[in-house]
Amino acid sequence: MTRVRVNRSRNIAIAIFLALVTVAIVALFVFLLAGKPIPVLETHGTIADQERTIIIITALLAAIVVVPVFAMLAIFAWRYRAGNSRAKYQPNMSGHRGLELLWWGIPCLIILVLGIITYVSTHNLDPYKQLPLAKGQTPVKVQVVALQWRWLFIYPGTQTASMNDLTIPVNTPIELSITADAPMNSFWIPALAGQVYAMSGMSTKLNLSADSVGTYNGVSSNISGSGFAAMSFKVHVVNSADYKSWVQQGAHSMSMLTYSDYEDIAKPSNDSTPRIYMLMDDNLFNDIINSYTSASPNQNGSMEMGN
Amino acid sequence: MNNLREIIFGRLTWQAFQHDPIMGGAGVFMVVALLAIMGYVTYKHKWGWLWRNWFTSLDPKKIGAMYLIVAFIMLLRGLADALMMRGQQALASGANGYLSADHFQQVFTAHGSIMIFFVAMGIVFGVINLIVPLQIGARDVAFPKLNSISFWLFAAGMIIINAPLIAGEFSTAGWLAYPPLSELQYSPGVGVDYWIWSLQIAGIGSLISSINFVVTIFKMRAPGMTLMKMPIFVWSVLGSMVLVMFAFPILTATLGMLSLGRLLGMHFFTAGGGGDAMMYVNLIWAWGHPEVYILVLPAFGIFSEVVPVFSKKKLFGYTSMVWAIAIITLLSFTVWLHHFFTMGAGADVNTFFGIMTMIIAIPTGVKVFNWIFTMWRGRVQFTTAMWWFIAFVVSFTLGGVAGVMMSVPPADFQFHNSLFLVAHFHTMIIGGVVFGAFAGFNYWFPKFFGFKLNERIGRWSVFMWVLGFLLAFTPLYILGFMGATRRLDHYDASLGWQGLFIVAAVGVGLILVGIGLQLLQVGVSIWQRKQSLDTSGDPWDGRTLEWSLPNPPAEYNFAVIPTVTERDAFWVAKHNNAQPSTDYEPIVVPENSGLGAVVGSLALVFGLAIVWHIWWLVIVTLVGVILALIISLTRDEMYTVITTDEIKQIEAAREGAAA
Repeated sequence: MTRVRVNRSRNIAIAIFLALVTVAIVALFVFLLAGKPIPVLETHGTIADQERTIIIITALLAAIVVVPVFAMLAIFAWRYRAGNSRAKYQPNMSGHRGLELLWWGIPCLIILVLGIITYVSTHNLDPYKQLPLAKGQTPVKVQVVALQWRWLFIYPGTQTASMNDLTIPVNTPIELSITADAPMNSFWIPALAGQVYAMSGMSTKLNLSADSVGTYNGVSSNISGSGFAAMSFKVHVVNSADYKSWVQQGAHSMSMLTYSDYEDIAKPSNDSTPRIYMLMDDNLFNDIINSYTSASPNQNGSMEMGN
Repeated sequence: MNNLREIIFGRLTWQAFQHDPIMGGAGVFMVVALLAIMGYVTYKHKWGWLWRNWFTSLDPKKIGAMYLIVAFIMLLRGLADALMMRGQQALASGANGYLSADHFQQVFTAHGSIMIFFVAMGIVFGVINLIVPLQIGARDVAFPKLNSISFWLFAAGMIIINAPLIAGEFSTAGWLAYPPLSELQYSPGVGVDYWIWSLQIAGIGSLISSINFVVTIFKMRAPGMTLMKMPIFVWSVLGSMVLVMFAFPILTATLGMLSLGRLLGMHFFTAGGGGDAMMYVNLIWAWGHPEVYILVLPAFGIFSEVVPVFSKKKLFGYTSMVWAIAIITLLSFTVWLHHFFTMGAGADVNTFFGIMTMIIAIPTGVKVFNWIFTMWRGRVQFTTAMWWFIAFVVSFTLGGVAGVMMSVPPADFQFHNSLFLVAHFHTMIIGGVVFGAFAGFNYWFPKFFGFKLNERIGRWSVFMWVLGFLLAFTPLYILGFMGATRRLDHYDASLGWQGLFIVAAVGVGLILVGIGLQLLQVGVSIWQRKQSLDTSGDPWDGRTLEWSLPNPPAEYNFAVIPTVTERDAFWVAKHNNAQPSTDYEPIVVPENSGLGAVVGSLALVFGLAIVWHIWWLVIVTLVGVILALIISLTRDEMYTVITTDEIKQIEAAREGAAA
């Protein structure tokens, strides 16, 4: 028989020590976080805003289970410690129908609520779903190509393309079509919207809208080879006048982008310098996708995989 | 000349043995350690003893111990990898760290693969081998020879995954090797092949082992032990092994297709070759998600044994627990898509898998409540095993919250592939599987060694582990919110992540201190074993059959197979003052067999040969495996009979030692 002797003053000392350790750790994290950007929580886009709300709601719902679990764990461990002979002892109790019904039932109810939230939010925040347009507004379409290890942005219909620089107008629905001409990747702008995979031979979609002018970080979040860590890009959210002049800048750029130029820049490279190109081939994005599905690129079949 | 070299050595050249100082150093260290051990064994003339008593033994207790030894060594390897990664990330703010990107990627790929396949799986199979036969009142497993083959295939896989430290390089494609990165176009070297064949060979061992244990549990229980009277640990093992049986063939097929793409250009997963990478991702997770439960169910089982014993009370809600295991087993095949909500599946598909993921949290939550209510109106003894349980509940519950948060697809879009995700699954696997293993280690240690482990150092090790664990993973949760993705070998200084990465690295260091304390705990306990000797065989006032046996159990486990009438069979017997029967009958035990070691060695050479494209050796070893199996299986089975007189002698000697 192991007997545990309760030594009150030692227990108090341990409790104080643990409290101090906790406070020190919390203080350390507060210090380390002071003034640092936390884009998933400090959002600047309608989609990321709503995603943050979902994150907070689920965390709170989960707390309904967690708080009692922690409380009971602590209370039972203390109350029913071997040294406490005053506590009730029922060695043969093997269950309690009512209690068990409670903890099969309550989680079921929580999951029911969470399930409804999931259904609604998954449909509302489907990255393929177009965002509502204000009267007279047109969405800005951008085609995204993940390369080894850079991001190419094509603005169809504007004669502009750019490398590692996504410039978009504020408060405007943006429709991104995403593919990869490289290992599978994932396109993520934490402050604006959650991520979507970029895969060869097909196009995925992401709709988003930024609500404040500024520069945000864009991230490559799936391992894609040795240059993966540096494969980030900048997102410049600008007002519509600045956006227009930026597009003009591209259309007048001295570096041109045809399919053969593209084949050159698509080679593996760690050069992450932002660039702007005059887009010579409005069908470039589809050609890149079709290069995986048809015999040779530039031979445009009837398959409309991008847009 | 060149041609001849290629025929003999495939693509293996001298250059393959040249490594940078860090990797080369690790390789040299490994070889020197191995040579030192072999030298010592030779010096002590112990090869024969090793071969007879361990390598060829079919005793599941010995096979289990060998699994645990391999798993522990691999835990140290995996931790060294973890320390290298966090060290790199602590330094690499706005600069390149001390590791090249390529080397860093090999390190995290090795870390993940080794920790899952050779640490967690090794722990699971080790504990199962040691405990299941004892708990169901059996003398052996259903297929002892197969059990030995399983272990040696596991060991062969372990050697293959460590071989890149000596020749060639390891995969840089992450622990699940998504194509097209893992295909020839982007990974032409031997790295991915090492990864494939290590997992393939070990995985076949796991599959065979699962069949063995499902049959053992169904066919070899003591008379009277109906399914609903089995210890909960056995139930959880049954769930886990059924999952292995159904999930591992998927892994075998997926790896097979990937290697056919690499070896014969079949391109099952290449977009440009008429294949589909998304199919690979679906298949690998159709194995990968059940794998999570394969690992964690046995840990749940361990806690279901530990909590009642140290609360001196029956397990709360046995029937609920069984149903929870059954539901988890079934549902674990219906949630795999939550690993890639971000792949562009429609909202309906994502909703379905999101809700299924939440539903599987319900039985898991029920188990937590049942454990906590096992303490309710009990007499809780705070042994080290019990502290591991408390650490488990805290970490597993918090990790579970993170899991539920990620089960909502739009929230997952912000967490996927981030360090938040990395923190989540480490909280689950360390908090669940590893803490479970440690609880089990402290709990069952006296059964096999005859003395208890030092409690004071044990408690300190729990404390250091938990503190290190919190410091190592809380920063990762926060970094996820800051937009940090996994697997970064460096990052921009302006992001402000460095402080958190340094804290995480310190956390890993504290975990190492925790492990040091555990080693100290074992060392001190051996040193002071006289003070904690247990001669009763039942040091904790146990409830299940293994505690009815002396420490350590004899080769045949039970001199007389017990008859079971109720759950907690030994507890009931003790309280009815039932005396163990002495109606001995001759016991038949299988004779040692070298088949496992032979098949394992051939599989090892086969794996290395196919990695290096040494085709003649591939054929020779493959034919060798088939021949070895045919020869061994067509020979008469050899058994040793232990006569009643011998049993009497052994049992009397044991009682003498006890008295």
